[in-house]
Amino acid sequence: MSTVRRTSPATPKLELDPIVIRKARSLARKAGAPVVKLARTHTTVSVERAVLRLAGLSGADHDGVPWVNHLLNTVRDEVGLEHGVTTPVFDALRRGEAPDLLTLAQKSAAGSVSFRLPGGRDLRAGQSLAMRSVKSGMARIDKSRATRDRMVKRHGDPLRRPWIYLIVATGDIYEDIPQAQTAAREGADIIAVIRSTGQSLLDYVPEGATREGYAGTYATQENFRLMRAALDDVSKELGRYVRLTNYASGLCMPEIAVLAGLERLDMMLNDSMYGILFRDINPIRTFVDQRFSRQIHARAGIIINTGEDNYLTTADAIEAAHTVTVSQLMNEYFAKEAGLADWQIGLGHAFEINPDIPDSFRIELAHAMLARQLFPNAPLKWMPPTKHMTGDVFRGYLLDGFFNLAGAMTGQGILLVGMMTEAVVTPFLSDRDLALQNVRYVLNAAGGLTEDFHPPRDGFIQNRARQVLSEAVELLEKIVTDTGQPGAVPLLQAIGDGTFGLMKRPADAGKGLDGVVTCAPGYDNPATTLLEGGAGK
Amino acid sequence: MTTRLAKTQSHSTTLPDLIRPYGDTTGDGMVQVSFTLPIGHDKRAEGAALQLAAKMGLAPALLVHAKAMGPDFTFFVVYGSVTHLVDLREVEVVEREFPLLSPKDVNASIKKRLHRKLVIVGACIGTDAHTVGIDAILNIKGFAGEKGLEYYSEFTVVNGGAQVLVPELVALARSEKADAVLVSQVVTQKDAHIHNTMTMSAAFREAYPAGQVPLLVVGGPRFEQGSADKLGVDRIFGKGTTPGEVASYLVHAMATRA
Repeated sequence: MSTVRRTSPATPKLELDPIVIRKARSLARKAGAPVVKLARTHTTVSVERAVLRLAGLSGADHDGVPWVNHLLNTVRDEVGLEHGVTTPVFDALRRGEAPDLLTLAQKSAAGSVSFRLPGGRDLRAGQSLAMRSVKSGMARIDKSRATRDRMVKRHGDPLRRPWIYLIVATGDIYEDIPQAQTAAREGADIIAVIRSTGQSLLDYVPEGATREGYAGTYATQENFRLMRAALDDVSKELGRYVRLTNYASGLCMPEIAVLAGLERLDMMLNDSMYGILFRDINPIRTFVDQRFSRQIHARAGIIINTGEDNYLTTADAIEAAHTVTVSQLMNEYFAKEAGLADWQIGLGHAFEINPDIPDSFRIELAHAMLARQLFPNAPLKWMPPTKHMTGDVFRGYLLDGFFNLAGAMTGQGILLVGMMTEAVVTPFLSDRDLALQNVRYVLNAAGGLTEDFHPPRDGFIQNRARQVLSEAVELLEKIVTDTGQPGAVPLLQAIGDGTFGLMKRPADAGKGLDGVVTCAPGYDNPATTLLEGGAGK
Repeated sequence: MTTRLAKTQSHSTTLPDLIRPYGDTTGDGMVQVSFTLPIGHDKRAEGAALQLAAKMGLAPALLVHAKAMGPDFTFFVVYGSVTHLVDLREVEVVEREFPLLSPKDVNASIKKRLHRKLVIVGACIGTDAHTVGIDAILNIKGFAGEKGLEYYSEFTVVNGGAQVLVPELVALARSEKADAVLVSQVVTQKDAHIHNTMTMSAAFREAYPAGQVPLLVVGGPRFEQGSADKLGVDRIFGKGTTPGEVASYLVHAMATRA
């Protein structure tokens, strides 16, 4: 009986004004559209390297510098990137400078190859050769997606929502693998491998299987492959497809997205503004990289997870609640523009209200329901308390129980399992076991509450949700009217003014700025052509 | 409860030098511990848990919970009375020379004392391209659950990034009117971190009039504690330092300077 109820949870109703919701979405579109225009007219070193990876170039020299970096840097020095990297690269292959991409990259590192910008027939021939190579890379991504579909069909999806999301992070991929398999056997539906501290600021993707990381494991193509294969084994054993998550963020997000697509990762952390605000990465770099990586995710059937929880760890979860909503609306706009479908947009939010505040749980419910109702078809990612985890593990365990309850009552899609040892140690085996018992108890005991729980009309919860939504609309209005000079992009202006999370991030500063290039007329990117031609697939 | 002991000890006005943990009666010595043993759950595993408890000084020990976690691990909760005494006379406290403040208190203190924002310039110097350390302290993302210095409303933070040359760092500090300069040295060989730091502090002393040099703070896993004077800097932070510690130190140092 109960399983029947759980498969069709009635979404709790908040009775939000549909006119306000429409207004919020149209303001998000208005704020986002000029940024998309900017993204279309720029490229970055990482986007171009991602295209080279799609064209089949991989590996690194003995110092660990990837061949895509070598090749790209040489092309940039000799002819620039304004026309895209593939045209001069495939022109060089046509001219017989090297028999294949790898040899070309090796020769370029040694300085024994010269590049040019071809014209006329040579131009068209180079571009068509580039298209053929990139197409075969895209076909590998399509094949990975088909494999996933087949395996999900064979092994099945988790029986119930929310899907249970667990983190492993030892720094050593060979240590991560048994931990991930154990976690899956204990009930995890999704395994996320946390990246090494600082990887987001590396302007290259490390290579090979790695055994050393700082508070996490490097994201590399080989690590992706090893972990996915290990989870395939355990999926077979458990009769349930266990998903794998990593991070398409930081300076290399387009390349990581491509590697994720090739190696059949299932979910990727991918926020539109996180890198700008929290990592001080240049805003234009981020938005250009973001759009390309989301197009790849759309094509690869990957679910993105956005990072709204971060706003609440830096600002007060009540005062800043509307910034979460604004970010969700922006993330939704950018995701859909890039071709992602609703089921692929795992918008984030978090349980971070100070538990000492009266009615804190009711306010959490209001916020969680607001997100649920604004994005009814998105698999919302519900993040556990971190800010008010004090080291008192007993209190933390109770708080995580309430977090799980809020998730169950409001029909969240993905539940990141909270650890009572948050902010104390990396979780013990027993911490993870206790945390999963907590989740199982709450979902078994209260998973059907979505059916019974209807906050009363104009009561505390409904009013709070409306208040947050209207504050979000006000903030969006402020953003779209924030035009310094004529022609300025309002959202960039707002980011520069410190509208989000108190940080001022001007468009002409930040890490990775020197990797941003304005496209010349005639710029060619075969990947973008393929993605925009058939992103929906 | 069988473990409850009758207490006859009289209450004196001064605190005793010897104490035991308190469960529900003075002197009962009761504690609870939980741990995992890497063996499957059976009678032998429970015996192993009690053996460990005895070796930890729990007598009598009460195994109140044992649960299998997969075929190879068992989780235990044990209550018991510890046989150890704590001698308060032998407790040594290593005091930090400054109190740890919350971000709110840091901001309030700067507002009150300085009447303007405190300017912090940070960088990795020399060939070190590893900005992990300086970013953990400065970036709002922070480290160990604490937000970085950018999060503090009363700090203006300028992150110079990696491989900054010493003259560039001095110029940056001057143009930003830095109150404090934070330098990180994570990856170093042949004592490069020491050489770099001494070069840096000498350059600042040369460029600024005496007494007006910004606070010089270095951080990294290889620095020896207590070598600040030798290196010509105001403070050294080691591995595992959190942004909150650095922020609290800056407030303390500015106050002692003023």
